[in-house]
Amino acid sequence: MKHSYLVKLRFLLLLLLSLTASLGAWAQATTGIVTGRVADAKNEGLPGVTVLVEGTSVGGSTNADGTYTIPGVPAGPHTLVISFIGYTTSRVPVTVVAGKTTTAPAQTLGENATALNEAVVIGYGTQRKQDLTGAVEQISEKQFVKGQVTNPEQLVQGKVAGVQITTAGGAPGASSQILIRGGSSLNASNQPLIVIDGVPVDNTGLAGASNPLSLINPNDIESITVLKDASSTAIYGVRASNGVILVTTKHGVQGDQTHVTVSTQMSLATPAKYVPVLTAGQFRDVINQYGTGGQKATLGAANTDWQREIYRTAYTADNNVSLSGAAGIIPYRVSTGYLYQEGILKRNDLKRYTGALNISPVLLNGDLRIDLNVKGSWIDNNFSDQGAVGAAVNFDPTQPIYAANSPFGGYYESTNADGLITLATRNPIGLINQQRNRSTVKRSIGNLQVNYKLPFVPGLSANVNLGYDVQRGRGTNLIPATAGSNYFRQITVNGVVRQGGLNNQYAQDLNNTILEAYLKYERQVGPGKLDLLAGYSYQKFQNRSYVFDDNLADGTVYVPAVPSYSGAFTYLNTNVLIGFYGRLNYNISDKYLFTGTFRADGTSRFSPNHYGYFPSGAFAWRIKGEDFLKNSTAISDLKLRIGYGQTGQQDLGNNYYPFLASLSLSNNAAQYQFGNQFYRTLRSEQYNPNITWETTTTYNAGLDYGFFDGRFYGSVDVYRRDTKNLLNFVNIPALAGLSNAGNFNVGSLTNRGVEIITNLDLVKGDKLNITVNANGTYNQNKLTQLTIYGSGNDVGQPTGGISGGVGNNIQINTVGHPTQSFYVNQQIYGTNGQPLQGVYADTNADGVINSTDRYRYKSPRPQWILGGGANATYKGFNVAFTLRANLGNYVYNNVRANSYYDQNSQGFVSNKTQEFLASRFTNAQYFSDYFIENGSFLRLQNATIGYNFGELIKKGTNLSLSLAGQNLFLITKYQGLDPEIIGGIDNTIYPRARTFTVGLNLGL
Amino acid sequence: MQRKLTHTLGIVALAVGVSAIAPSCTKDLNQTPDYAASANVVYADPAQIQQVLARLYATFAVSGQQGPAGQGDISGIDEGFSNYIRQYWQLQEITTDEAVIGWNDGTLPAVNTLQWNADNEFVRATYDRVYYEIGLCNEFIRQTSDANLSSRGITGANANTVRTYRSEARLLRALCYWHAIDLFGGGPFATEADAIGTTPQYRKGSDMFTYVESELKALEGLDSNSGALLAPKAVYARADQGVLWTLLTKLYLNAKVYTGTDRSTDAVTYASKVLASTAGYSLSPVYANLFLADNNSNSARNEVIFPITFDGTRTQNYGGMTYLVHAPNGRAYTAAQADIDGGWSGLRTKPALTSLFGSTTTNNARDARSAMFVFKGQNPRVDTLGQFTSGPLVAKYRNVTSTGRPGSNLTFPDTDFPMFRLADVMLMYSEAVLRGGTGGSATQALAYVNAIRTRSGATAIAAGDLTLNSILDERARELFWEGHRRTDLIRFSKYTTGYNWAFKGGVATGKDVETYRSVFPIPNTDRVANPNLPQNPGY
Repeated sequence: MKHSYLVKLRFLLLLLLSLTASLGAWAQATTGIVTGRVADAKNEGLPGVTVLVEGTSVGGSTNADGTYTIPGVPAGPHTLVISFIGYTTSRVPVTVVAGKTTTAPAQTLGENATALNEAVVIGYGTQRKQDLTGAVEQISEKQFVKGQVTNPEQLVQGKVAGVQITTAGGAPGASSQILIRGGSSLNASNQPLIVIDGVPVDNTGLAGASNPLSLINPNDIESITVLKDASSTAIYGVRASNGVILVTTKHGVQGDQTHVTVSTQMSLATPAKYVPVLTAGQFRDVINQYGTGGQKATLGAANTDWQREIYRTAYTADNNVSLSGAAGIIPYRVSTGYLYQEGILKRNDLKRYTGALNISPVLLNGDLRIDLNVKGSWIDNNFSDQGAVGAAVNFDPTQPIYAANSPFGGYYESTNADGLITLATRNPIGLINQQRNRSTVKRSIGNLQVNYKLPFVPGLSANVNLGYDVQRGRGTNLIPATAGSNYFRQITVNGVVRQGGLNNQYAQDLNNTILEAYLKYERQVGPGKLDLLAGYSYQKFQNRSYVFDDNLADGTVYVPAVPSYSGAFTYLNTNVLIGFYGRLNYNISDKYLFTGTFRADGTSRFSPNHYGYFPSGAFAWRIKGEDFLKNSTAISDLKLRIGYGQTGQQDLGNNYYPFLASLSLSNNAAQYQFGNQFYRTLRSEQYNPNITWETTTTYNAGLDYGFFDGRFYGSVDVYRRDTKNLLNFVNIPALAGLSNAGNFNVGSLTNRGVEIITNLDLVKGDKLNITVNANGTYNQNKLTQLTIYGSGNDVGQPTGGISGGVGNNIQINTVGHPTQSFYVNQQIYGTNGQPLQGVYADTNADGVINSTDRYRYKSPRPQWILGGGANATYKGFNVAFTLRANLGNYVYNNVRANSYYDQNSQGFVSNKTQEFLASRFTNAQYFSDYFIENGSFLRLQNATIGYNFGELIKKGTNLSLSLAGQNLFLITKYQGLDPEIIGGIDNTIYPRARTFTVGLNLGL
Repeated sequence: MQRKLTHTLGIVALAVGVSAIAPSCTKDLNQTPDYAASANVVYADPAQIQQVLARLYATFAVSGQQGPAGQGDISGIDEGFSNYIRQYWQLQEITTDEAVIGWNDGTLPAVNTLQWNADNEFVRATYDRVYYEIGLCNEFIRQTSDANLSSRGITGANANTVRTYRSEARLLRALCYWHAIDLFGGGPFATEADAIGTTPQYRKGSDMFTYVESELKALEGLDSNSGALLAPKAVYARADQGVLWTLLTKLYLNAKVYTGTDRSTDAVTYASKVLASTAGYSLSPVYANLFLADNNSNSARNEVIFPITFDGTRTQNYGGMTYLVHAPNGRAYTAAQADIDGGWSGLRTKPALTSLFGSTTTNNARDARSAMFVFKGQNPRVDTLGQFTSGPLVAKYRNVTSTGRPGSNLTFPDTDFPMFRLADVMLMYSEAVLRGGTGGSATQALAYVNAIRTRSGATAIAAGDLTLNSILDERARELFWEGHRRTDLIRFSKYTTGYNWAFKGGVATGKDVETYRSVFPIPNTDRVANPNLPQNPGY
């Protein structure tokens, strides 16, 4: 872009500000002030209650003592709408006199768990829960998972129906896979779009950070809303196919007193379980029985439990301070946090410093709302070599950690006459101690959102949102020359041989900017209320990676960095998204609700056909609003929703220019020699000028229910999501392209499912309250097309690489089956129930057992995802827990599959799991269904007990203490460490720890 | 009223502002990377065209644009695993009596035992590499057409230089089509005339043979203004006239297999061009030098007609020479002997090969070629596929120079792969003469065979001992592990039936396999993608 849009925006903003400033004085004289108090059933002041002047955006919220003051209310009769999450909304008529202060009658709010009037965050705005037409679920702070939570997504793990959140492992800041309704893509990203305070954030991986979301402090988050069906997500167009997660951070409240909140948490984490490997004694017996002479000779005299050596009890401290209130007319919140988290793997820790600032003044009698958010974080990662996790399972338990005269930094390593055996497993402790891999990652997300009620046209308002998301990742990795892992890197410089180790840097920058502007128009049209929204969105994602020399430990350049084609030592990738969107809501007497959205989205990833069009429509019938139900208390809510919509997907990850015919330059290590000259080569790249977005069509029908005066409530949704034109990495006919495979829009898949949410207020009293909640999701995933020419003689696309051999795949994508189905040989068992080595069913009856006899057996996808918990309070005490379960998910236990006796290994022997004592395989049987295990599990995600001392110190203060335990038990038949594995192939994961947390929260 | 006016103006300005941003930003949807090159720039500069040409050669050696691995050329299989030379070598050697590999990777054992099917990923990887290279060559030839050269302002001597590059691309393409004929009995076919995106038609082996022959003949007829190939040995590693003649010799010698018509006379004709003194090739006095780290500069330089070059620092990958040096290394054949960081313990040979030197347990002291077998500590028989103790080791390719110095890197050898070399042409000449080809002589044929034998210290044979079968054995002794064996056995009708070796057909003693296995199946992956492709009979 020639001229920066920022320049234009600055102009616009100035214009807007000067405009509003000139209006301020004009509007002043015709308004008055409203004050009042809101209390709960016990007549205790309720803080944070929203008080709105109906039909305007003028409003405020209550202070700590439950009082509120709303300036700038236009003179005349009004209705105050007083609402608070978890309480029934109350409406109070009040008549305001210009220039005077009017006191509204005191209001008492009753608790209402159904919270139909709760404001739910949706795309580009908020809506009353009872007005929703789509499948939207909002989880607020009160319901978050408690305990040691490092990443925001862990707050809602197990809490939202239809959302499967799987952490990659137990490392601090580990990434997560978030699948909403099974994920609608195959090769393109399956991650949902995440929007933080109006800034859609980048989910591109960053060098030095395992999970970019770990840069957001969960303590700053107020609510997390998940948009699941197309009628709610289609307004986000081309990035909405996998659902949208809206994160709202905490804000200051207008007219509020200053609150200081100090919280501190301390946790201890321990490994919950170890991989059941052979003990040194068992291992010796096995080697002596099965080993070759050479193998027996390698046995050592030690008894080392490598897993116990590499793990530790890890300590974590999480301290947060926040200050919120209102400085004059400007509500603010400032917070800062410091997290120090140790991983249970030795030498693995994370330090996070976060800061957040929010100011949200409402000016000009509520006509102008400004919302400024700035968040910053700084993480220092100390990565341990996670290769040690697998190495500790495999390493010979009869060997010691240290060996006298070891040239490998004192660590025992497998050697033969030539010295170090390169193919042997490296000493796990050596891997950990002989690497110093540290990164510093910084991220700032901020935006300025200005909402202005335009005069002259009642009901018309403009909203401009200007935001950024900037990330920097920098790191160094240092491995000493003596380390076995990098021992043989060697180069001769001026006749001197330099050898070993690593001393390298890495770096990446992500710069994302966003401009959004929309107009909103509300008015009564015919029998109903019409809301219109029309907007424009511009987003630019820039991803710059750096190349550095590859150095030996002593700093000698091993492979020099080479510049890119442009001559620079960086690679810049840019993705621009431009959207035009509109939404129509039509509400007839709070009974018949219509929603229609449309978005036209352009992406720079596809060219010349940039644009895709994404419509949606939904209708809801609030049956409860009909006369025959209006006064029923047995049926306190009943609403039927149906929706249809299309969303898109363009995220091909690191493939930014799939349409572009170009040539790429090789690096220095892929040169070719002519004569005595070496040349960096230029390769013609595969491209697809016709590539376009994949489209998901979603059908959703839902029923919201509430019975027994709202004590039993929830919803049931059924959905079907058909994705076509899958962005699929498929085989190209030989000679039709410039590689054997490329990105094409081929194939389709379907997800069908049911989501059930139930909440029960079991006991509801003055002192004792017990609530129980549960959610369940049934999802069925099926590929319906995979190739252009039908499936003829196609076995499918192999996927799911395993450890063992090179290039072995255990899964396959086949039409008619779930994605990533296991593709295995059917094991035959002997009369004693033991598997017979190498004996499989000849399923195609051709007399030969080979890969063509494999069959599709189960998939890693759970059929049922269940979550639930209960919360009980008695006076100051509260007890809560969250349970999660996946049913019907299968796992390939790669650790077990590798537990065969290998007489072939030279100069070293690898440990096995207890599995070997059962099967006694002496050859690899990687493709046996014997290793496909049912991974269904039930996990106690967390359990907390707390006590609120209330106003212990002085009036208006609050002190609470809590004790939380996470991952306290895991019930499963799975034989490995943990069946919850992204992708369903268990080749050892960083164990999820069992964590105990003590927390103290002080409000001043 | 004044305020109202300001107000209205403000709103108008806002509307204008927003609508002004929108269109200017939509241009932003056209993004291109700063690090990649476009064809119009690259193909206007002879120096960059040479870099593209280098890439056509590099396909045989590397696995992607990032050495040793990364930005792979093809997908669906591990990069290093699927390297062109590694795969071509495996299909030519481990399917025969010369080699055995112990690894459990995917369907590799099925290749070892001649039990592959159309889903075999190694067969597929070879096929994909062959056709990947043909596709790259087509694109290069398309972009360097005379019309494109002149439209991009390349004229005069520069244009002639690029025309020679274009001829080399055509020669490399012909080489790959020969591989397609030899391995797959035909396959999809396209030239520079077929635009990218066109689904190719099938062409059977004999028709492909006709095309390759006509291409090579056309290349032979070019002059210095129309892109004549370089003279033999002019620049190391370039596909020159010597490569052209050798390839024609190969085609003609195997023509009976490919087309049903014997072309031995043509084979003699083209072998003679390579063997003519004017071509400048001569046998390396030391056999071992052909397979060492400095084989680009030692006496091998005179014998090797077409090398695929590797370099420890500049041409790195996990296939090619890295595989050929590491995979047979281990046990008594130590890493230090090969000057590498550690062996991979996978490849061995079978007694069928070592017995050609007179013993299955000891080296033939007189014949330097058998000095490359390592028997110490090895079971001379191949009793199991999986055990590295089973079968003699082969220390043919090493990362050591002829003066005993190590290569430049312990992982990635400097050793180049001799795809075509003079001794092969000598043996082809002799064989073609014995097969009745005219234009040569039996005396000369015997002289060539004995030149090869005596170079390695073996005794010369008498004229009466020169038979077709003795030539096949001599080819094994001279050219073992160089990627010729499968083609040779098929030409001698000894591949599928009538001659067996350990684990042929999946049994330890070896058994006949179906005759259709003399060509590999067209991989199912491509038959799914391209409905024009028939399957080879039997699969």
